[in-house]
Amino acid sequence: MDLQTIGTILLQVAVGGLSLGVLYAIIALGYTMVYGVLQLINFAHSEVFIAGGIVGYFVFEALKDASLNGYLKLIVACLAAMFVSGGLNVLIERLAYRPLRGAQRLVPLITAIGVSLVLQDSLRFLVGVRGLFDLSVNLPKGFTNSITTFLGVNISLLNLQVKDIILIGVAGLMMLGLNLLVNHTRMGRAMRAVAHDRQTSGLMGINSDSIISLTFLIGGALGGLGGVMFAMKYQALNAYSGTIPGMKAFTAAVLGGIGNIPGAMLGGLVLGWVETFLGVVSLFQGIPGLHWLGAIKAEYKDLGAFLALILILFFKPAGLLGKATTEKV
Amino acid sequence: MTTAPVRPNPLKTRPVGGDRTWLLLAYTAISGLLLVFMRDLVADGPMKMLQPVLFGGFLLSLLFAYQWKAAPWAKMLVFAAAIVFVLPFMGRSNTSYFDLMIQMMIFSALALGLNIVVGLAGLLDLGYIAFFAVGAYLWGIFGSPQFAEVTGNPAFANGINPAYFWLFIPLAVAAAAGVGVLIGLPVLKLKGDYLAIVTLGLGEVIRIFANNLSVTNGPQGIDAIESAPVPWLNSLAHTLGFAEDQYRLFFLYILVLGVIAVTIVVNQRLDRSKIGRAWIAIREDEVAAQAMGVPLLKTKLLAFATGASFAGAMGVIFAAKQAFIDPKSFDYFQSIGVMSMVILGGMGNIPGVILGAIVVTMLNLMVLPTLSEVLQSSFPNINQNLDPSKYQRLIFGLVLVFMMLYRPEGLLPSERRKHEMHSDDEHPAVDSITTENLNHGGELGGHLRDGSGAETRSPGLATRRDNERTGSEK
Repeated sequence: MDLQTIGTILLQVAVGGLSLGVLYAIIALGYTMVYGVLQLINFAHSEVFIAGGIVGYFVFEALKDASLNGYLKLIVACLAAMFVSGGLNVLIERLAYRPLRGAQRLVPLITAIGVSLVLQDSLRFLVGVRGLFDLSVNLPKGFTNSITTFLGVNISLLNLQVKDIILIGVAGLMMLGLNLLVNHTRMGRAMRAVAHDRQTSGLMGINSDSIISLTFLIGGALGGLGGVMFAMKYQALNAYSGTIPGMKAFTAAVLGGIGNIPGAMLGGLVLGWVETFLGVVSLFQGIPGLHWLGAIKAEYKDLGAFLALILILFFKPAGLLGKATTEKV
Repeated sequence: MTTAPVRPNPLKTRPVGGDRTWLLLAYTAISGLLLVFMRDLVADGPMKMLQPVLFGGFLLSLLFAYQWKAAPWAKMLVFAAAIVFVLPFMGRSNTSYFDLMIQMMIFSALALGLNIVVGLAGLLDLGYIAFFAVGAYLWGIFGSPQFAEVTGNPAFANGINPAYFWLFIPLAVAAAAGVGVLIGLPVLKLKGDYLAIVTLGLGEVIRIFANNLSVTNGPQGIDAIESAPVPWLNSLAHTLGFAEDQYRLFFLYILVLGVIAVTIVVNQRLDRSKIGRAWIAIREDEVAAQAMGVPLLKTKLLAFATGASFAGAMGVIFAAKQAFIDPKSFDYFQSIGVMSMVILGGMGNIPGVILGAIVVTMLNLMVLPTLSEVLQSSFPNINQNLDPSKYQRLIFGLVLVFMMLYRPEGLLPSERRKHEMHSDDEHPAVDSITTENLNHGGELGGHLRDGSGAETRSPGLATRRDNERTGSEK
């Protein structure tokens, strides 16, 4: 195996891992925002996210024959998904989490697992009565075209498609927007205040209930957007396909330090790269001394996420960017 | 007889003298009905729904018998009759009942194991089924033709000698406990939420391995798993009129009964032991427990390994019962299923956990399949996606959510707590709120009503509560 092949594979991993990683990062943002404010793992987020993907599927399906620009269709799909997922998340918070404020920590966590199961089957039902189960997404023309040149360089070997570029671009915009919102607006300051100390922020005139609802709205909307991106990337989904990416995105959030927005992005990227790398690592068995890599089949790439998680938590219990918390007694 | 009036709901009222006649009569009536009708109701059509109803009624009658304040001998008689006579008799006339009952007991033991981890020690383990898989695959590989495939030795065409089954139960206990310690060591230092995600990951890791390793035969699973040979039980079964293909189930029924008995005793002992109190202390307040000298990591690890070892042993039995295992039986959803059993029944309470396991298993394996069968035979053109048996997740989810919202202590709160709640009828309202709040025994959700109940606490009540607790905690 010559150097150029290795280089190409590594470059491919870098780009493929980037587009996977930002997808995880988008989903992870929803987890991390809710966790930051409520210290709750919102297990239902993976269903909120896949609900967005399903909305995206139906929008693409409805606009299939409309003579609209593909990007306009994508924007419509994204907006619809953000609206539905955000609303869904707020609804979940109202019905299932708000009555449990101040309960022991395990209680809302188990509720969240329950909500996620209920949503999975409800989504299955809503989609299923139309006789559908596995949805295959028809993207607007042009999205699946391969990109052959970048700044005049031939990159056809990289197997990069237009949709990957869209995904990376959308993710970048989203993170930028979220960063602005949280760190540079009045609303963001209120959110941070509630996250820091709900009671004291209440004394300062912040209505913590509405801030929490708002957090769920934004987290859900991000999840919905992530869902459309997921549908675009894989072009196949069903009511249950949110679980695994949801788990991984949560892993990404923990990896980066849960409750920390840049951490979620970093965790997502690390995970995306680790996973993509493990997916192709068996190709390196041709290199002398590395033949044992052949045993690492592509199926084991899913293990990478959790092994990375355990490893990182072992050395940095609060995650990569997380700050160690001291228990108040 | 007794002077106390017999009221309609035995769950709520407790006749002082104990009314064994009514208990025995009601019990005989229900099991008689069951035995008479069960054979003839195998027919198709809407009448088939009577099967789960009757069977459920029978199991419910056992619960009533348990709750009824009758003389102990009457209760024992009822339970012994059910276990020795009614259930095997039903199993003989319809093998699927045998299957269902063994499955119920396997899940009961699993739920009791998880109860130690979540209910006593408060560690949320979302990958519990992984330990079950360890046990199941351990026996599955050795006790089936798969062993010949792995070793390449045709002498093992039927796996190793099935008599080694007995050796594999302790082996699986050790293996599962070992995996528990291995996974627990790096993560149990972390906070509860992190533990949840790591255990979730562990479950996923085990599933991926089961799916891809050649030892486990990947997604095709392992077939023709043996079970231990017990000639004298087989001849006993023969004498009792069981068909030859039911011998295995008969043996497993007896075995599982024994295992359940052991599990219950171990659970009870642990609950009242020093280590059990240490677990409860950790669940209630880690920092305080540590300050009182409880070694945090060691105690948590012990809980984790103990729960895992139960699952390992049950895995061996599960593999022997199913004779076939594949990775699908051990996914995340199954872990949640076991957890919903624990929560539905009453976390931390042994009869409650068993009740939860029975209700959930029955729902999954009997009520829903029968319902969809009936639906399909009555409306042949119905949409496949409306099939009720496809909505297990919905039911599990609703169980989890509603229990957490409205009854976090479970269907069957522990006897001690109920006693506390009903012992004093002078000001029942105040009493029930405060005692539930304060004497929750730290069940999950013990602090749920802290906000609403806070103002009803008073020094006087608190003192009396302390006396009560010492009185009932002999």
